[in-house]
Amino acid sequence: MYPIRKHTGEEKTFFRRTGIHTVTAPRDVFPSTFFNNHIYFKNMVLQDLQKDFKGSNWKREIDVRDFIQANYEPYNGDESFLTGPSEKTKKLWSILSDLFEVEREKGVYDAETKLPQSLDTYGAGYIDKDSEVVVGLQTDAPLKRGIFPKGGIRMVEKALQAYGYELDPATKTIFTKYRKTHNEGVFSAYNDDIKAARHAHIITGLPDAYGRGRIIGDYRRIALYGTTNLIEEKKRYFKRIDIQEFTEEIVRHREEISEQVQALKQFERMCAAYGFDVTKPATNAREAVQWTYFGYLGAVKDQDGAAMSLGRVCAFLDIFIQRDLKNGTLTEEEAQELIDQMIMKLRIVRFLRTPEYNDLFSGDPIWATASIGGMGIDGRSMVTKTDYRFLHTLYNMGPSPEPNLTILWSERLPEQWKKYCAKVSIDTSAIQYENDDLMRADLGDDYGIACCVSPMKIGKQMQFFGARANLAKCMLYAINGGRDEMTGHQIAPRFAPITSDYLTYEEFMPKFEQMMRWLAKTYVNALKIIHYMHDKYDYEAFEMSLHDGDVERTRATGIAGLSIVTDSIAAMKHCKVRIIRDETGLAVDYKIEEGEYVPFGNNNDETDSIAVDLTEKFMEYLRQHRTYRNAVPTQSLLTITSNVVYGRNTGSTPDGRQKGVPFAPGANPMNARDVKGAVAALASVAKLPFQHSRDGISYTFAIAPSALGKEKDMQATNLVSLLDGYFTPNGGQHINVNVFDRQLLLDAMDHPEKYPQLTIRVSGYAVNFVKLTREQQLDVLSRTINLGM
Amino acid sequence: MESFGTVDGPGIRFVAFMQGCPLRCQFCHNPDTWDPHGKCQYELTPQQLLDEVLRYRSFIKSGGVTLSGGEPLMQADFAAEFFALCQAEGLHTALDTSGIFCSGRALDVLSHTNLVLLDIKTMNPDLHPRLTGQRQDNNLRFLDELQQRGIPIWVRHVVVPGLTDNDEWLHRLGEHVARYSVVEKIEVLPYHTLGTFKYQELGLRYPLEGVDPLPADRTQAVRQLLSAYKPCL
Repeated sequence: MYPIRKHTGEEKTFFRRTGIHTVTAPRDVFPSTFFNNHIYFKNMVLQDLQKDFKGSNWKREIDVRDFIQANYEPYNGDESFLTGPSEKTKKLWSILSDLFEVEREKGVYDAETKLPQSLDTYGAGYIDKDSEVVVGLQTDAPLKRGIFPKGGIRMVEKALQAYGYELDPATKTIFTKYRKTHNEGVFSAYNDDIKAARHAHIITGLPDAYGRGRIIGDYRRIALYGTTNLIEEKKRYFKRIDIQEFTEEIVRHREEISEQVQALKQFERMCAAYGFDVTKPATNAREAVQWTYFGYLGAVKDQDGAAMSLGRVCAFLDIFIQRDLKNGTLTEEEAQELIDQMIMKLRIVRFLRTPEYNDLFSGDPIWATASIGGMGIDGRSMVTKTDYRFLHTLYNMGPSPEPNLTILWSERLPEQWKKYCAKVSIDTSAIQYENDDLMRADLGDDYGIACCVSPMKIGKQMQFFGARANLAKCMLYAINGGRDEMTGHQIAPRFAPITSDYLTYEEFMPKFEQMMRWLAKTYVNALKIIHYMHDKYDYEAFEMSLHDGDVERTRATGIAGLSIVTDSIAAMKHCKVRIIRDETGLAVDYKIEEGEYVPFGNNNDETDSIAVDLTEKFMEYLRQHRTYRNAVPTQSLLTITSNVVYGRNTGSTPDGRQKGVPFAPGANPMNARDVKGAVAALASVAKLPFQHSRDGISYTFAIAPSALGKEKDMQATNLVSLLDGYFTPNGGQHINVNVFDRQLLLDAMDHPEKYPQLTIRVSGYAVNFVKLTREQQLDVLSRTINLGM
Repeated sequence: MESFGTVDGPGIRFVAFMQGCPLRCQFCHNPDTWDPHGKCQYELTPQQLLDEVLRYRSFIKSGGVTLSGGEPLMQADFAAEFFALCQAEGLHTALDTSGIFCSGRALDVLSHTNLVLLDIKTMNPDLHPRLTGQRQDNNLRFLDELQQRGIPIWVRHVVVPGLTDNDEWLHRLGEHVARYSVVEKIEVLPYHTLGTFKYQELGLRYPLEGVDPLPADRTQAVRQLLSAYKPCL
C-alpha cells in the first residue's frame, strides 16, 4: 500500500473522466508523459455526429467499422427505387464524352510537362463548375495527366515523348542532379541476376519504375473524423513510438508518421482550394460523399500507383444518405446525383504511362476498385441502397471500366440483390465478383479489394505489390539448364539441362524444383530492393496517413502460366513428349508423339491436383525467404492483360502450345482445352488453394447471352446459380463475367467509333474494348465462347 | 455430357446425352446419337454417372439433371435407376424424350421424373411417319400417361420451313396440348442447320438439303400463335 496523499488537479480531472475514485499509487509510478499528453484520454471531437449516430467505440477512437455496424440499414428490396441521371449529370457526362473522343484519337488528352504532381500542386479544377455537385480534379483540367517524377524521371520523359510532349529541362535537372528517384534507387542496388531475369521476361511488371499502388487509404476516415482528429491521432501515435531504444526501424517509422501529418495538412489545403473545410467531420451526405472522394483524390494526386483502389464505402455513405433522406434534406434524385458524380470523377482519373507499361496493362486502367455488398460477420447483409446506387451508375452514365466495381458475393445475400447484380452483368459486362464467404473468415467484414483480386483490411493492412513471375518460362529454364529458350542466353545458374530425347516427369521434376527455388530467391530479392527504395524515395505519406499506425503488411508476388505448366506436366505423365532441339542443343519445341492428357479445366482431379501442388510449391519456396519489413508473403494467380505479352516472350511448351501464343489469363485453363462445359472449368479453378494464393485467384469468363438461358430473366437466374455454385465457402475466389456475342466484338474491332463505351472484363479488371491493341482484341475474341446452340 | 446446360429444363443442369434413337427425324441435328451401338464418349453405370453429377452439386442445386439423347428411354433401365439415385440426392430430374416408348420399363422411369421435356414433332398424322420414320400414337399416349401421373411437361416443337411451319397444324398442336393441365409451356425451336456437318462426317445424306433456317421474325410469329394456348417461349 502506498501512503494516501492529496491529489493534484490533473489527477482529479483524470478521476472525473475515468470514473475511478480511489487511486493509491503515488504520482511517480505513472510514466512522465501520462498526464501531460492525454494519451489515455481518447475521445474524438465529433460535433453533431456524436448524438446523431449510434455506437460507442468509434466515438472514442478511429474505428470506422464500428460506426458502420452500429448504424447501417441493410436493404432487402429491389431496384425499383432507383432514379435516372440528373440534368447536371447528363451535361457533365456529355462534356466528358467529347473529351474522351479526343483522348481516344491522341492517346492522351493533355499532359503536364513541368510541375511534379502532389496534393496541392494545382488549385481547384472543374469540368463545369455549376453542374458539379461533387468537385475535385487530379490536375487543373479534366483528363490532363500529371507527372510523378519521384517514381522515376526517365519514365516521365519517355511517356511524355511518346505522346509528343517535352519534359521541362528544369524539372529534369532537379530530378537527375539534385533529387534521386525510386527508379534510380532500385537500379543502384539490383544485382546481375535480377537484371538478367527482368530482361529475359521471366520476372515482369515489377514496380521499379512506377508507383507500386495497391494501398487503399481509409478515405471514409476523413468524412467521419475530419483531419484535426486524424492529425491528433497521428501525433499521439508518434509519442507512443518514443521508446527506450531507437532502432533503425523506429527512426524510419517516426519519420513516416511525421510525413503523414504533413500530408494531412497539405490535404487540408487541397480541399480549401475548393472551398471546403475538411478539418471537421462531414455533417451531411453531401459532405460525406465529397470528403470521401477528396480522400481518394488526394491519393491519386499524390501517387501514380499501378492500382489506386477506393475501398469499401457504400454502407458508410449510405448511413449519411439515409439520415438526410429521413430528415427531408435530401431526395432520392439528389442522392443518386451525388453517387453518379462521384463515380464520374473516378472514371476520369488518369496517369501518364510509357508504351511498355500499356503493353502489359492495356487500356489505361487505374483500378479504382470499389468493393460492394458482402455480408457482416453478425450475419446481416451489408447491401444498402447505396450499393444499388453504385451499380446504377452503369445505366445512368453507360458502362465503364472504371471504377472497377467488385461485388463481394455470398450465397446468403438478398435474392433481389443477387439478381440485380446478374442483370447488370448481362447488360454491361462491367462488374466482377469475389467470394466474400471465403475471404470474410480471415479478413472480417471491413476489407476491400485492391487492384483486381487482392483483399486487405481497410486502413489496417497494406501491400508491397510485386507483379508476377513467368512459371512457364521457369519450366523451360529447367529443361534448358537455365538458358533462355528465345535467346539462348544463360539467365539462371548453369544447372544441368535435360539431354534425353523424351521428356519424363521423373527427370523433369527435380530440375524444375531447383529452378523454382532460384526464381523465388531472385524474385523476392528484387522485391526487397524495390520496396526499400519505394519507402525511401516515394513513400505514400497521404495514403498511409489514412491507416492505423501499426499497419500489417503483406508482400504479394504472382505467377503467370499456371495452366500451361499444369498441362505440360500432365502431358509428360501421360504422353510421349519428344524434345526438339536446335543446333546449339537448346530445346525449342516439343512434339506429343503418343497418348493424350486431360488438360486443366475439365474437373479432372488428377490434372487439377497438379495445379494445386504447383501453387502450393511455389508459395512454399517464397515463404522460405525473409521479407522486407516483416511483410507476410502472399501470391496471386493473375495476369491482367499481360498474358498476351507473356505469350509473346515465351517459347513453345510441352503441352503443345506454340511459341508466341498468349497464355491463358490468370488462373484460366488454356483456350479451348476446357471441353466439358463452363461449369467443369469453374470447378477446376475453384480447387486452387486460396490458402496458398491469398492475394487472389483470377478467373475470366465470357459467354453468349443465348448460352446463359432463353430469356433475360432466366439468364439472370442462371447466372446467380452459377455464382452461388462457384462461390461456396471453400470455392473459387474471383470471377470476371462477360456476357456478349462474338459478333459484337468483331463489329467493334472494325468500327471502334460505334462502341466508345463497350466494356469487357479481362483478368481482374475491365477495359474499353476499343482501347485494347489488336493483338489483345484477338486474344479476347478467341476466348469468347458461344455455347448453347 | 455437358456441365452447364441452360436450355434443357429449369436452371443450370447437368445434361447427359444417351446413345441410340429409334426415330429418324429429318431435321435431327444429332444424327451421331442414332445408332444404339454407336461410339460413345463414356460408358458408365448409373452410380458412376451420379458420382460425376455430384461433383457439380453446388452449381445444379437449383437446377438439376437432364437425360437427353438420342432417346433416353432406349436405355430405360439405366434411366430409371439413375433418376432414382438423383432424387435420393435431392436433385431435380428432367427427361428429354419423344415419348416413343410408352409401356413397361419406359413408364418406370416416370416414377422418378420431375419434369418431361416432350417433343411433339407434328400433329399431322400423315406427316409424322414421313418426318420421323414412326407413327405418332405413342407420343400422344405418353401425353395421357403424364397427365394421369401429374408430371409437368414442357412441350417442344421444332418448326421447319416447308414441313411443320404450317399455321393450321400449329393451331392443332396448340388446341391439343391446351387440354392437358400438366403442360406448363411450349418451347418453339426454330429449325437450324448447325448439325449438317455431322451428316457429312457420318457419310449420310442430309435430308433437308437446301432448307433455310427459320427466320427470327417467323419464330416470333409462331410463338405468338401458340401462346394463345399455353405460355410459349
